[in-house]
Amino acid sequence: MYSELVMEHFRNPRNMGSIEDADGVGEVGNPQCGDMMRITIKVKDDVLEDIKFQTLGCGAAVATSSMVTEMAKGKKLDEALTISNKAVAEALGGLPPAKMHCSNLAADGLRAAIDDYHARHPAG
Amino acid sequence: MDKIIYLDHASTTPADAEVVTAMLPWHSEQFGNPSTVYSLGLTAAHAVQVAREAIAKAIGADADEIYFTSGGTESDDWAILGTAEAQQKKGRHLITSTIEHHAVLESMEYLEKHGYEITRVAVDGGGLVDLESVRRAIRPDTILVSVMHANNEVGTIQPIAEIGKITREAGVLFHVDAVQTAGKLPLDVEALGVDMLSVSAHNLYGPKGIGLLYLRKRTRISPLFHGGGQEKGRRAGTHNVPGIMGMAKAFELAGARMGGDADREAALRDRLWQGLSGDIEAIYLNGDPVRRLPNNLNVRLDGIEGEAMILMLDMEGICVSSGSACTTGSLEPSHVLLAMGIPAEHAHGSLRVTLGRGTTAEDIDHFIKVFPPIVSRLREMSPVWCANCACKQRN
Repeated sequence: MYSELVMEHFRNPRNMGSIEDADGVGEVGNPQCGDMMRITIKVKDDVLEDIKFQTLGCGAAVATSSMVTEMAKGKKLDEALTISNKAVAEALGGLPPAKMHCSNLAADGLRAAIDDYHARHPAG
Repeated sequence: MDKIIYLDHASTTPADAEVVTAMLPWHSEQFGNPSTVYSLGLTAAHAVQVAREAIAKAIGADADEIYFTSGGTESDDWAILGTAEAQQKKGRHLITSTIEHHAVLESMEYLEKHGYEITRVAVDGGGLVDLESVRRAIRPDTILVSVMHANNEVGTIQPIAEIGKITREAGVLFHVDAVQTAGKLPLDVEALGVDMLSVSAHNLYGPKGIGLLYLRKRTRISPLFHGGGQEKGRRAGTHNVPGIMGMAKAFELAGARMGGDADREAALRDRLWQGLSGDIEAIYLNGDPVRRLPNNLNVRLDGIEGEAMILMLDMEGICVSSGSACTTGSLEPSHVLLAMGIPAEHAHGSLRVTLGRGTTAEDIDHFIKVFPPIVSRLREMSPVWCANCACKQRN
């Protein structure tokens, strides 16, 4: 059902956890749908210095969360904002069609965290 | 992983070695078509008849009330659609429950789109159908009541004999999906008061692709399959002779082992529940605690999603299933758990463990050992779980 890369990220998720004094927090999904994601970021000089995720959901939800943190870490904020859900799925070697809709929300979570950072730091 | 620990027997069971042996000759040396008149065919026809008689006896029926089908789905579809067509002059109203197998629910939905009216009787928190609701739902134009014997997800056993009394008094046909109980519980179509009963062989250690519909004498239903006149013209198609032989053997073995298997599996199941509920917080039992199949354990866990549990257990060589949306193949979690009043966010975190003949105490102990760390890891990963406030989570 899943690509080897999806399973690899599921087995060994990157950047799992929560940043205590985060500069931005993004939460997407809802437990009623079975998928929920929380992304915390640390920003320095407009760059994503650190990023961590927590995810409630299926294999695809975990793998896309893990992948988006890997893709975004070290990137400038406006660059990170261009990462799409589709790009995350492609980087994982594709997802089963049924998962494209419900479990592929990692990039939305990242964007929500960056938006939260901007809201908290209007000058930056 | 060196060994597979298979704990998904409600989904399918391995064919017993004796079943496979019983089938083999009918693929090759004895390949004759039972509908032919030369001796090769007659040998097959005779064997099919012997099998039919043995299977009939196992469920308290007569041989000419057994119709071979391709399995549970065909039997359910045939009972419902066949009744709807044959009885439409009497009425266009059918009754079922909210927790039936999709083979029943989808057939009912199909009828609904074609001008029939369906009443879906609700169940209680344990998945039990309320008798009074069935009685109240029956109308003069009701032509069929269809309620499953035991639920495939939570294992709740329905009061079939009591419903049978109600339908008989009302003069309404009664169909029962017994896919989960054939070979597990004693089945007697007379005692249960059913007019139609569906069975699939692969759920009782028989082969896939074969099943039966019991049809009480003089029950009028239209055929689904039209063709060569097999099964007294009611179910066309060349007989699946190896499958029929395998199913007969599966029934024979089940008859001899039923009581012992049930006691052994129930004891292991209870040991599993004690082990898990002792080691894991915020784990709850789904289904009726008493009226349920001896081999079924269905639980839900706060803060975790089902598919993730399945994938992690698979890495340990353990096969189980879940009622989460990801595993139902839709965006909705299990309709059974929802119908029992379990909120969607909890239904996503359900896990079904169904034991079988091959399940050992070592398998159960291994499960009890590897599962708690999986739960901890997934909860650590979960944004809705906090270790110190488990009881306040997601209420």
